[in-house]
Amino acid sequence: MLSDYEKIQILRDKIHQLSRTEVSFMEVCGTHTMSVAKHAIKSMLPKTINIVSGPGCPVCVTSQTDIEMSLILARSENKIICTFGDMIKVPSRQDSLSNYKNVKIIYSPLDALKIAHENPKQEIILLGIGFETTTPLIAVTIKTAKQEGIKNFSVLSMHKTVPSALQLILSSPDIALHGLILPGHVSAITGRKYFDFIKDYHTSGVVAGFEALDIMECIYLLTKLVEENQVEVINNYKRIVSEEGNQIAMQLLYEVFEDSNCQWRGIGEIPKSGLKIREPFQTYDAKIKFDIPIENIPEPKHCRCGEILMAKKSPPDCLLFKNTCTPLNPIGPCMVSSEGTCAAYYKYL
Amino acid sequence: MHTITLNHGLGGKQMHEFIKNSIMTKLQNGILEKMDDSAILKNLKTNRLALTTDSYVVSPLIFPGGDIGRLCVCGTVNDLTTSGAKPHALTLSFIIEEGMDLSVLDTIIDSIAQTAQEAQIQIVTGDTKVVEKGKGDKLFINTSGIGFIEDHVDISTYHTKDDDDILITGPIGNHEIAMMKARNLIDFDLTIESDVRPLNLPIENLLKQKVLLHSIKDPTRGGLASALYEIVEHSQVEITLFEKDIPIDNVVKSVCALVGFDPLYLANEGKFIITCPKKSSQDVIKAFGGVAQIIGKAKKSNHPKLLMQTESGGIRKIGMLETMQLPRIC
Repeated sequence: MLSDYEKIQILRDKIHQLSRTEVSFMEVCGTHTMSVAKHAIKSMLPKTINIVSGPGCPVCVTSQTDIEMSLILARSENKIICTFGDMIKVPSRQDSLSNYKNVKIIYSPLDALKIAHENPKQEIILLGIGFETTTPLIAVTIKTAKQEGIKNFSVLSMHKTVPSALQLILSSPDIALHGLILPGHVSAITGRKYFDFIKDYHTSGVVAGFEALDIMECIYLLTKLVEENQVEVINNYKRIVSEEGNQIAMQLLYEVFEDSNCQWRGIGEIPKSGLKIREPFQTYDAKIKFDIPIENIPEPKHCRCGEILMAKKSPPDCLLFKNTCTPLNPIGPCMVSSEGTCAAYYKYL
Repeated sequence: MHTITLNHGLGGKQMHEFIKNSIMTKLQNGILEKMDDSAILKNLKTNRLALTTDSYVVSPLIFPGGDIGRLCVCGTVNDLTTSGAKPHALTLSFIIEEGMDLSVLDTIIDSIAQTAQEAQIQIVTGDTKVVEKGKGDKLFINTSGIGFIEDHVDISTYHTKDDDDILITGPIGNHEIAMMKARNLIDFDLTIESDVRPLNLPIENLLKQKVLLHSIKDPTRGGLASALYEIVEHSQVEITLFEKDIPIDNVVKSVCALVGFDPLYLANEGKFIITCPKKSSQDVIKAFGGVAQIIGKAKKSNHPKLLMQTESGGIRKIGMLETMQLPRIC
């Protein structure tokens, strides 16, 4: 039997033989961005194939206004902010969550309920970040809080869904994409069919895992589809992803959340691309529970995160990249997040 | 519970009794128990003396696979060894916070004694200070050490040469993951121990056999990648690592995959990077009981850099660690 290494070398040769047309493939998911960089996938591809990063790093697409809102909550009294690690260093107006002792890093959203139990006199606010993969877990957490009658807990929902952002990118006249490397983790929840809509934009997609072999197979399949002039959405991550996905998780998600308009960093408002907490669970909505005085905060001058997320620019095109914006002193979230495009470029390329 | 009080640091009866009973009995070697203000070391025949110092502020004091006592001996012994020196004597200074549990201190001093014996090194002089509660964090230790360098030995991070093999003396990342576990920063079930250990004896053996080594570097804070960067810059070489050959225990791999850490940047306390001509590599592997591994190759270069040949066959840069993955790990 062939080893992964040998399989990759065969795919590499096949891709080189097959590729004629100049194409751009987009990795939609931040974990793919990091995987492509870490496995040095680009160094194995012909010059005709360009891999660009997309909007799939949840921290990177969080708007400056949402970041500022988290900070306002962290600064106010009697509150503990629970968050996944990546958020704490995202800067806003010379400040970040890492400056506050009442910000706790959690590994599972249910940890926030434990903290709520242990600190009955404090208000616990969970920063709800993430796409279809994470949101069902947050939904479970909110339902559990309701069942257990926990009153000192709420969620600041900044959740987003993938399709609307992809529709925006695919319909944008100044971005020419020939294929999408579709997110494996998100697809595990949503199912492959969820992404059939991209065919309406004459674009193919392949649902891919995160190992080097998964990604090379995906690029091979996309190249083949382009060269054969076909449009398809293929599931190449069948060990995890099914056609219909995890319907129980999707039902849970929509039991607690509903679609809403949402601000994306650098992109602006995208209709029905966010998730807000439904009315029966509103006592757990931090935006409603606390009167957060918020104005629209502009993104830092010269920060190109938005265009990078839309694959219109790559990190070296940004004036700040490697100059004033470094992992030690990040200006935009694409440099902060461990899945950010700028962080990947900085570290590996 | 018996605890340290400010009286233990006053220089009076209680301090003398504490030093005599708790420290001297465990560490006596004919020099330390004289309790003079300085230790006199006799009959030293050497042209080159190596001198190093390090402070240890690790928290918690006792962690899976080790403790601050073992760490403070290994750290200084290993630092001496990286310059090709045979460690000869260590100093030992405690800064203890008032209220520290004496039984914990006892365990730590036992561990110092045992590690010193393991490394075959003497602790020849020391100091004890007690600070008020709140002015320290239970216990800080400083150790300094001297060692002798034989005339034929010439090891430095500036000496890695074209075509050298790059070796690591065992799997990487265990210390930092063990510290994360000890601090409850990861709460899934896993069994992991710090790799903290003295590495002087295998190196002494190699040098006695006149095996040619060019550079030795301990990949502590900042991990394998940061340590290699130093060699790359000092020696003006390009180093390419072979990802498939870098030894990483499965438990470390899994934690890294889960929390998004890169094992190349995780701290180690019982590993050396060794660079040497090809003909020395097998001797190095043997000296470290077969667990050392060739993980890369050096090439003379006007543009020193650190590269990774990935498991899949691609080539990429290895970046420098820019931000801390964890505070205070050693």
